[in-house]
Amino acid sequence: MFRRTEPTDCTISWEGRDIPARAGESLAVTLLAAGVTAFRQTPVTGTERGPLCLMGACFDCLVELDGQQNVQACLAPVRPGMVAAMQRGARHFHQSEDAA
Amino acid sequence: MARTSESAGPMKKAVVIGGGLHGLSTALHLQRTPGWQVTVLERRHVGRHSSGVNAGGVRRLGRDLREIALSVVSAEMWAGIEKIVGDDCGFRATGQVKVAESPADMAKNEARVAAVKALGWSHEEVVDQAEVRRLLPAVAPHVIGALVTRDDGSADPMRTVMAFRRAAEQAGVRIIEGVAVTGLRATADGTIIVETDQGGHEAERVANCAGAWATRVARMVGEEIPCGVKASMMIVTERLPPFCDPTVGATSRSLSFKQVANGTVVIGGGHQGVNDVAAETSTVLFGSLAHAARISCELFPVMKGARMVRSWAGIEARTADEVPIIGESRAMPGLFHSFGFSGHGFQLSPAAGAAVAELLARGATNLPIAAFHQDRFTRAA
Amino acid sequence: MSEVDILVLGAGPAGMAAATEARARGFSVLVLDENARPGGQVHRAVEARTVKDGQDRDGAKLAAAFRASGADYRPDATLWAVEPGGKVFWSEGGAARSISAKRLILCAGATERPVPIPGWTLPGVMTVGAAQIALKTAGMVPEGKAWIAGQGPLLWLYANQVVARGGTVQGVIDLSPPGGLARAAWHLPNALRAPEYLVKGLAWQQRIRNAGIPIRRATRLVAEGDGRLERIVIDGWSRPADLLLLHDGVVPNTQVTRAIPGCAHEWDAGQRCWRPTLDEWGNTTVEGVLVAGDSGGIGGAKVAALAGRLAAMEAARALGRLTVDQRNAEAGRTRLEWKRQRAPRRFLDALFPPLPEAAIEDSTIICRCEEVTAGRLRGAVALGCLGANQTKAFTRAGMGPCQGRICGPAVHGVIAAARGVDPAGVDPFRTRFPTKPLTLGELAALAS
Repeated sequence: MFRRTEPTDCTISWEGRDIPARAGESLAVTLLAAGVTAFRQTPVTGTERGPLCLMGACFDCLVELDGQQNVQACLAPVRPGMVAAMQRGARHFHQSEDAA
Repeated sequence: MARTSESAGPMKKAVVIGGGLHGLSTALHLQRTPGWQVTVLERRHVGRHSSGVNAGGVRRLGRDLREIALSVVSAEMWAGIEKIVGDDCGFRATGQVKVAESPADMAKNEARVAAVKALGWSHEEVVDQAEVRRLLPAVAPHVIGALVTRDDGSADPMRTVMAFRRAAEQAGVRIIEGVAVTGLRATADGTIIVETDQGGHEAERVANCAGAWATRVARMVGEEIPCGVKASMMIVTERLPPFCDPTVGATSRSLSFKQVANGTVVIGGGHQGVNDVAAETSTVLFGSLAHAARISCELFPVMKGARMVRSWAGIEARTADEVPIIGESRAMPGLFHSFGFSGHGFQLSPAAGAAVAELLARGATNLPIAAFHQDRFTRAA
Repeated sequence: MSEVDILVLGAGPAGMAAATEARARGFSVLVLDENARPGGQVHRAVEARTVKDGQDRDGAKLAAAFRASGADYRPDATLWAVEPGGKVFWSEGGAARSISAKRLILCAGATERPVPIPGWTLPGVMTVGAAQIALKTAGMVPEGKAWIAGQGPLLWLYANQVVARGGTVQGVIDLSPPGGLARAAWHLPNALRAPEYLVKGLAWQQRIRNAGIPIRRATRLVAEGDGRLERIVIDGWSRPADLLLLHDGVVPNTQVTRAIPGCAHEWDAGQRCWRPTLDEWGNTTVEGVLVAGDSGGIGGAKVAALAGRLAAMEAARALGRLTVDQRNAEAGRTRLEWKRQRAPRRFLDALFPPLPEAAIEDSTIICRCEEVTAGRLRGAVALGCLGANQTKAFTRAGMGPCQGRICGPAVHGVIAAARGVDPAGVDPFRTRFPTKPLTLGELAALAS
């Protein structure tokens, strides 16, 4: 896949595991460098998808980032320690959001 | 001059101007009346404006008292819509709920139910806080009750347009798209020539179902009918988990809120954009649309984080009293108007089409449309 | 701040040049850009990198002048609506904002044309442009079971950059339709007015061969795998793969201009894409709205920067800072260079016509968001749909979160081919504001 030619300087959390990253690069690039290609499951059929364009157009790199859903990973700059996970299907409601 | 090709035999000819839902419904019902051959003339394509992009509300709840009778007939037709057009049009009888946010709202709703009951109808009822929370588990805590019609619902507007189109064409209606009506002319033998940019169509009867452009058609025969235009704005969100079955409105605020089968939420409520009738375009004004977003978030706090993915405005005719115009032209016998549904004509389309078809075929109908004649505006003026 | 003289969308070459020029003429300038740093796509992260070639030098110079210009520059800011009269809405830091601008200069750049091959939705299939962004922003190069496929100048440029940075791929699969050179030869004399493009192009292919990377022509390419890319099949020849980078040229990003009422667009038969109708200063058909750079028609970075300056000079004329004669005189050299740099374009367009949409298989997904296949689009055409807005209502193609950004050119081409008509006569997607999603909470805050 991809190989980094420049050093990393921090880590982030993806699906519960630590991944090396460089502060300021996009989260999508961090994940690709770590060999992660499946970022989300589509709301239509549940199949897995990864980034296509890395420039904010395709919306195929959606992830859940620090509790926020449907975030475009290619437009999210890495901050050390950020916590990210796959976006599974459509937006879901967190416990705190449940009005019922 | 272009003539309809199916001119053999003693068929009477009718032309319907406008390929929106009301035009298609009128054409379908008239074509099914023995002895009639109907042609629909549509300037752009079928369902181009409000018909294809409205909120899809199938609602008797809260209608102007003059509209209720026709709306009740329509509700029965919606319940069996598959038998009429061969498709369920995405209709789901999931209820319509108008939430009450204050004791004043509750009182208003009680009075409304009494007024509707006095006319002999019983489809509207007031429910309490426990029941509204059962119907709408995600509703905000400040909601204390609601006005409800349990067997109202919603349908898919574009699917409905296409189903009416298919049914009309299968019945034998000719639909011509991309043709603009330029004039109407009465002939010596009592027929009407509908002139277009691509030749004329002769007909015994003509229906004016041109929506926001219908007053222009009336003007072609020298008839001035006061009627404005509206461009109601709509929001659609990303897909959300199922959390709301009924279509929701508010008693004293402008909102229409509906989660459709694919999970997206469609939000409207008559917040107005800018329209340009001549250019056939409408523009969303976000400062105004923000009010629809705010009301949605206040009634359903889960909506705050939901993303809006599209917005639009559909151009539609609006009368001064927001009740439609249905009636024969005072300037050209044989021409019948049906427009001005003012943003809530979707539910009425099956029954209104049947009524106008009867007007075209025999000059009268037993369906309850007497209150809709344009005389109520032109006589007063 | 509730009003600004000139609002520039995009901090690529066109936007940076337009903002710098406008500031030099004394205007207040607000620049909105979705990215974290100036540069756009071609000069992405140029400030952070060591300058390596002429293109980097151009970018670094533009970025330095832009930084020093005094323009109010907002990175990570996403424009989502323009209202008549110049009111602009955007999101920044999780909040919606708005401002009124006397002039808008839209420099939204280009997007890559989609390459809908069977399996292109599998994780591991990306665009060449995406991989180039990974290279420029994080120094990432492909290695192992990686492949490049498609056609166009960017593909060859990227392959060279990979080799230069010590990366490699298993092969470059050239999907270009045969006969490109014969078609393009007609435009060669004009192209020679800026010969540097042609010389560069020929050298690129040679350097890839020298690096030992095979170049193979093919007509049918399939991506396969269970849940992610595992192999590609090149004209029936199966090879292991975990990364496939696709490219078929770029098209103007017209998402915003198409949503502006009254902003006319025209079909560019040479580049086979829609672009806004512009005069030679970048004026659209809507008063006060100008377009510069690739979003007005593909011309590349140099043309974009020149067009940005010309648009700013025109804005200065419109706002009374320059007379027509002054504008024309001051634009003289910029205008000449703009013409020279545009000269090779027709040659390149003829050399790399986009892959034919008629050849897309029925089972291939076109709209990735709503997972709509070419076959379903063709079915909708058979039912009477004439354009992209009707197939959208029928099939939901173009209705997902990307709002047709990715699939638009393919949907349009499939409809035209299925109807057997000139693409110019087929309606493209109508776009709607918000052109980027925002939360209802953000929008609701504007109501107070």
